[in-house]
Amino acid sequence: MSLALSTQIINLLAAILLLIAFAMISQRRILSLINLFALQGFILTMSTGVVAYSTAQHHLYYSAGLTLLLKVLVLPWLLHRLIRKLKIKWDVETLINIPTTMLAGIVLVIFSFDLAAPISQLSDSVTRGLIGIALASVLLSLLMMLTRRKAVSQVVGFLSLENGLFFAATSATHGMPLVVELGIALDVLVATFIFGIFFFQIRETFDSLDISHMETLKDD
Amino acid sequence: MDHINLALGIIFQLCQSLLVVALAPLLTGWVGQCRAWLQNRTGPGLLQPYRTLHKLFLKDALLADNASPLFRVTPYILFGCMWLAAAIIPIIAIDLPFSQAADVIALVGVFALARVFIALAAMDIGTSFGSMGARREMLVSFLAEPALLMVFFASSLISHSTQLPHIVETFSHHAFVLYPSLAFASIAFLMILLAENARIPVDNPSTHLELTMIHEAMILEYSARHLALVEWAVSLKLFAYISIGIALFFPYGIAEVGNWGALPLAIVALLLKLTAAGAGLAGLETILAKMRIFRVPEFLGTAFLLAVLGLLIHFLLGA
Repeated sequence: MSLALSTQIINLLAAILLLIAFAMISQRRILSLINLFALQGFILTMSTGVVAYSTAQHHLYYSAGLTLLLKVLVLPWLLHRLIRKLKIKWDVETLINIPTTMLAGIVLVIFSFDLAAPISQLSDSVTRGLIGIALASVLLSLLMMLTRRKAVSQVVGFLSLENGLFFAATSATHGMPLVVELGIALDVLVATFIFGIFFFQIRETFDSLDISHMETLKDD
Repeated sequence: MDHINLALGIIFQLCQSLLVVALAPLLTGWVGQCRAWLQNRTGPGLLQPYRTLHKLFLKDALLADNASPLFRVTPYILFGCMWLAAAIIPIIAIDLPFSQAADVIALVGVFALARVFIALAAMDIGTSFGSMGARREMLVSFLAEPALLMVFFASSLISHSTQLPHIVETFSHHAFVLYPSLAFASIAFLMILLAENARIPVDNPSTHLELTMIHEAMILEYSARHLALVEWAVSLKLFAYISIGIALFFPYGIAEVGNWGALPLAIVALLLKLTAAGAGLAGLETILAKMRIFRVPEFLGTAFLLAVLGLLIHFLLGA
């Protein structure tokens, strides 16, 4: 019964993760977007912790702690600092037709559930149903990167894509080796720093963080 | 024994129907009172809806010259539909004879019937406010209805039945299980409840002259006993929706099959749940701001999305 309950909790957390992915797609405010990203990290931490507890794999506790430190505290703090410095804290992004994007999101979810069904059959771990959800949240993050025009929200999309991958790793294979995880974590951290520098450069050149300006680069 | 059970069932069915009709204005009064408290006002008191109804029933009805018979019968049809809906929903006990009469899809149909008549009646007089309200109501409801059906399907998939008594029985018997699909469906249902009952993010129930009103614009031409019946039907609709929410997502405490002794306890449980739900609704209405009418499709699209996600997650996780 204890195992069943933990499976239920993981399923619920996975569902919330999917919900957050949709919320990110439809969120207009950049500040709320970053808060949603922090929440996503927190849900990820909890699900990793529950998987670690239910399968008694101690190294997963470390990766849960790493997730908490990096994705709930450090990265959102960095992003908050960035948007404060760029003075875009209260920026509202105009999005193209949210209902259409959401319908596209539903189609993506159905596609990825269908795609993941045969993969899930191969796995016999308690969490095999979750590969579909992880795949769906990766695809939804990609969709978000496609539909956004501001640089900051694209970066948040990229980071949440990494969250989806991480969730797939913990749910399907009970986590990657710690070395790999540390490497990815460092990558993400460094990437965020570099993105931060990029933001300033982009704004200095174009006086705006709108990526569509970059299309005119080749005309010069 | 069978006869006695049936007779008891019919008696309790009557009890439930009368109880619902009597309590519905009280619930509306409670929501209004809570809103007043939350806004630091004294409030008109719990019994204000009854006083309004009493006053309206005593007045002489005024009809426009060009009102057709449809305009006159609509309040009665509206009231009848809402009463019927409230009789179908298992509110105090599961094993009531009438609840077998229609399943959830028919229930949605009953609500749709009432909506068609109120919209037609609103356009009947030919005032601009009336037809504007009718068109907006149709915009809101054609988006809310599929979402409501999806919510019902999500819970039907778990209980393998579209009959409300079966659904409630499955949920109240089970040991505690976390259903992610139901969690999604409940949020979607809450959004539909707000939209369908003309509550605040979609429509403002306390306005009477505002360009953005939806429901009030439709009933602007009604007076006296017709208006009283419409107001009463609106209270019944809110009561019915909250009862559906309780039945689908929080049925614990309802009197189960053949257990008539649990009925007093079930009524107490129901009153407690309604009190909590009314206070929660008032709280929601206080913290939310009314949205622009062009945002309503987005709002209801989100409700639809949540309900569909619930369905999909049920298929994937089997829970």
